[in-house]
Amino acid sequence: MTALDLAFLAASVIAVAGGVLAITTRQVVHAALWLVVSLLGVAGAVLILGAELVALVLLLVYVGAVVVLVLFALMLTRAPIGPDTAHAPGLPRALAAGAVGAAVVTMLLSVLIPLAGGWGATVDRQSADSPRVAREIFTTWVWPFELLSLLLLAALIAALAVSRIQRDAP
Amino acid sequence: MTNPYVPLLILLALGFGFAALSVGTSLVVGPKRYNRAKAEAYECGIQPTPRAQGGGRVPIKYFLTAMLFIIFDVESVFLYPFAVAFNQLGLFALVEMVLFIITVFVAYAYVWKRGGLEWD
Amino acid sequence: MTAFIAGPNGTADFSDTPLWLSVVKALFIFVYLLVSTLLVIWFERRVIGRMQQRPGPNRNGPFGLLQTLADGMKSMLKEDLKPANADSVVFTLAPLITATMCFVSFSIMPLAGDVTLFGHRTPLQLTDLPVAVLMVLAVAGVGIYGIVLAGWSSGSTYPLMGSLRATAQMVSYEIAMGLSLVSVFLYSGSMATSQIVQAQESLWHFIPACFAFFVYVVTMVGETNRLPFDLAEGEGEIVGGYFTEYSGMRFAMFFLGEYINMFTVAALATTMFLGGWQAPFGLPDNGWWGLLWFTAKLWFFMFVFVWLRGSLPRVRYDQFMRFGWKFLIPTTLLWVVAVAFYVAAKNNWFGGPILQIAGRDYSLAVLIVIGVCASLVIVASWILGDRAERRAAERLPQIPVEVDPFAGGYPVPPLPGQRLVEPGAADDAYAATKEVSRG
Repeated sequence: MTALDLAFLAASVIAVAGGVLAITTRQVVHAALWLVVSLLGVAGAVLILGAELVALVLLLVYVGAVVVLVLFALMLTRAPIGPDTAHAPGLPRALAAGAVGAAVVTMLLSVLIPLAGGWGATVDRQSADSPRVAREIFTTWVWPFELLSLLLLAALIAALAVSRIQRDAP
Repeated sequence: MTNPYVPLLILLALGFGFAALSVGTSLVVGPKRYNRAKAEAYECGIQPTPRAQGGGRVPIKYFLTAMLFIIFDVESVFLYPFAVAFNQLGLFALVEMVLFIITVFVAYAYVWKRGGLEWD
Repeated sequence: MTAFIAGPNGTADFSDTPLWLSVVKALFIFVYLLVSTLLVIWFERRVIGRMQQRPGPNRNGPFGLLQTLADGMKSMLKEDLKPANADSVVFTLAPLITATMCFVSFSIMPLAGDVTLFGHRTPLQLTDLPVAVLMVLAVAGVGIYGIVLAGWSSGSTYPLMGSLRATAQMVSYEIAMGLSLVSVFLYSGSMATSQIVQAQESLWHFIPACFAFFVYVVTMVGETNRLPFDLAEGEGEIVGGYFTEYSGMRFAMFFLGEYINMFTVAALATTMFLGGWQAPFGLPDNGWWGLLWFTAKLWFFMFVFVWLRGSLPRVRYDQFMRFGWKFLIPTTLLWVVAVAFYVAAKNNWFGGPILQIAGRDYSLAVLIVIGVCASLVIVASWILGDRAERRAAERLPQIPVEVDPFAGGYPVPPLPGQRLVEPGAADDAYAATKEVSRG
């Protein structure tokens, strides 16, 4: 175990614990906060693997923008202080959801762990600096990059449609 | 030479330690005199709105602003590595980026026309 | 210019910096920021006082210098109130997030070049990352949670509104801020602060990136919620904004965060546009001199902050959002494209002959790019300016040239430029009104 391995382990534990708490807490805003903790853990793990740009983009876009959107959306409907008992799932549904979640985790682990090199794998730092990421985006991944702009266009139109802003009746 | 993120974590810990210590000290040192009126939500002296949360809903404009923010954030995130590696990328990348920006501009013009940027 | 040792990636060299020295430097930055905050609050109150022809705080210590310390002590000894229907954990967490996050960004600011510290040669910068500037933006993104959570957890109406406003304001201006920095990255080819400072050795970036500098200065005021953009705490509308329910030390943490954030954005402006710790006019800036120049530039921005607060009224929220979304973002994006074309032309990617003008080489492509951009700007300002004038003219109320002094039987004074109707005609009009009212 090197220091990097330990750091990676810590980041992963934070990510997983944050995720578990996000789905088990009874308070919606706290769930969003645990999601932030989980994302911070993921960003830390990516950072330890050597992809600084990706880690910071994760922070910028997911922590800085997406969860803010989630919080706004929560406050659009309601964001009560204290536990939200109206949306408690009940035991059967909680068990079913847990079973589905466990199945997905098992499937992903069975695929990903051999890919990463088995249980004894150590952190293999790859340098993915910004120029290299840029070269990859603008040569190999040009088409996904350009299609992404269309995706953003579609997302924006959808957001406008959802918020139903009429030009005449603002 | 240490990992460049370790000093950053040191400063983070220092800042958190200072903040926690000052808030903690003030909780110990400061007076505590219970008064029901003091614990009420402050609304300039009138009776507080009974349900600030849950009942009070915020305008949809905030949601739309956050959505617009995500879209432009994703766009600028691509601009950063592009700008850093610009000299090594060549003319082709510039053309690609201009195409990308034009598409996002179309979205922007659409939102503007539909009144998505009006706040009054 | 100075003994700047370039590391393997062209960034600052930390090979002679043991961990304990990093701890010392972290402590130094921490103390530097705290002392600066204590000073700047006093400075702001004194300068605002001068601008309003009153002395400002002058009782505690020489020139009132210890006023802020006294205020801090006072808030320490105050009762820390918590509203009954607040979310207690998050209510305490929010000021801690704000106060913690504001320190972090300063770790990548180059305060000076290489200095000798306890027998080690090390740059006066806590750490240097290849993605340093993105780090500042990301930390600002995390810092927003302090505001959102403060407003939400108070369990009160006005703080919730204030935090929503503040968040929408900060995210809106964050885009323009990020875009304005892109042109600096284009010029310097790096996101590492040390390398950006190095790239400004011959020419500071605020000249070739003048528009980006303007946008950055505007967004930096918007990001820190300072006047004229302090809509989050518009006292007339929403009491005090997101920290209405806060008192004592928890409130002081927000106060501290606001002022340190001012220093952070000013330090970023200094590093990105004003040459960092480099001295103007070839004055000495090696070693510890750099700290002097860096601090001087920082305080220049502090004065601008105070000056703005002393002279401008608060803008309306819709004006603020319109300015951000309809002017700053599109123009900055166009500016980035223009700079990209300029750099491409300078790299000679478009080919074309090299011209000799006044003994210096100019590529024809560069001149064409500059010419096209300039003429586009002129045409756009012409068309848009015309339209704005027409709209402004339409918005003015139509004032009739003649006014009836007894309209409806009540005396009406004429507006400037209006002519009174002849008395006879006025009498007729008066009679006509009487007729109408009787019938």
